[in-house]
Amino acid sequence: MKARVHVMLKDGVLDPQGEAVRHALGALGFDGVGGVRQGKVIDLEIAATDAAAAEAEVRAMCEKLLANTVIERYDIEIG
Amino acid sequence: MKAAVLVFPGSNCDRDLAVAFRNAGADVTMVWHKDSRLPAGTDVVAIPGGFSFGDYLRCGAIAARSPITGSVVDHARRGGYVLGICNGFQVLTETGLLPGALMRNAGLKFLCKSVEMVVGTTASAFTAGYGKGQRVSIPIAHHDGNYVADDRLLARLRDEDRVAFRYVDNPNGSAGDIAGVLSENRRVLGMMPHPERAAEPAHGGTDGAALFRALTGALTPA
Repeated sequence: MKARVHVMLKDGVLDPQGEAVRHALGALGFDGVGGVRQGKVIDLEIAATDAAAAEAEVRAMCEKLLANTVIERYDIEIG
Repeated sequence: MKAAVLVFPGSNCDRDLAVAFRNAGADVTMVWHKDSRLPAGTDVVAIPGGFSFGDYLRCGAIAARSPITGSVVDHARRGGYVLGICNGFQVLTETGLLPGALMRNAGLKFLCKSVEMVVGTTASAFTAGYGKGQRVSIPIAHHDGNYVADDRLLARLRDEDRVAFRYVDNPNGSAGDIAGVLSENRRVLGMMPHPERAAEPAHGGTDGAALFRALTGALTPA
């Protein structure tokens, strides 16, 4: 079964890299960009065959390693 | 006093850290990350700077889940001393032994220079050799030293006198100008600057030596 995890900085945590991308876009003439937030996408191939079990397992992975929940939030897509 | 210096793939300040501890009078053992136990009688665990596991995923994230790190967490929970410098500080926040997190420097650049800091508290075995408010100059060398803490945590660190060092001229965007922070029981210190790189005259400065002397002295039976 496939799972995809999106890891993003929590709202309110300043994202210096996103800000740098926003400035670079402005320099290229893209004036309408109000904000940029940069995150990660992690694709997993997992053995679980049941969607609920897979989600529970991936959630545990996020809490233990994939995200630092002090500053990051995550979303999980299964299948 | 027995110090254990951890070595991860990508650590690069481990030997400097061992030298600083030895010069202060400590017995030092290097401990590989795949070992699951600390040497018997370890008084202080030192987690060195570098780029453990290539900074993959997040700085310090993989090292924080290494076999040896479980023993370090147990050591700290038993009241043992832990010192994390630079990448070691990142590892300690990733384990949850220290609060907050370390993010990319606000200016996005890797910074490698000496910085001025103020000693925030002398009430710890790490900082007892300094005077409160004393200015010290110690090198930084990091890309991800921007300490993130919300207002509640900042207030708590201030109220509990847990800020060990503050930058005079904040180089990386750290909340509250924080360069080093202590755990609640004051026995775990994480700091971005490298005291082991300012520990003997040939380094160009010796302001870091007092940390190793004070820590070694405090943990050596008289």
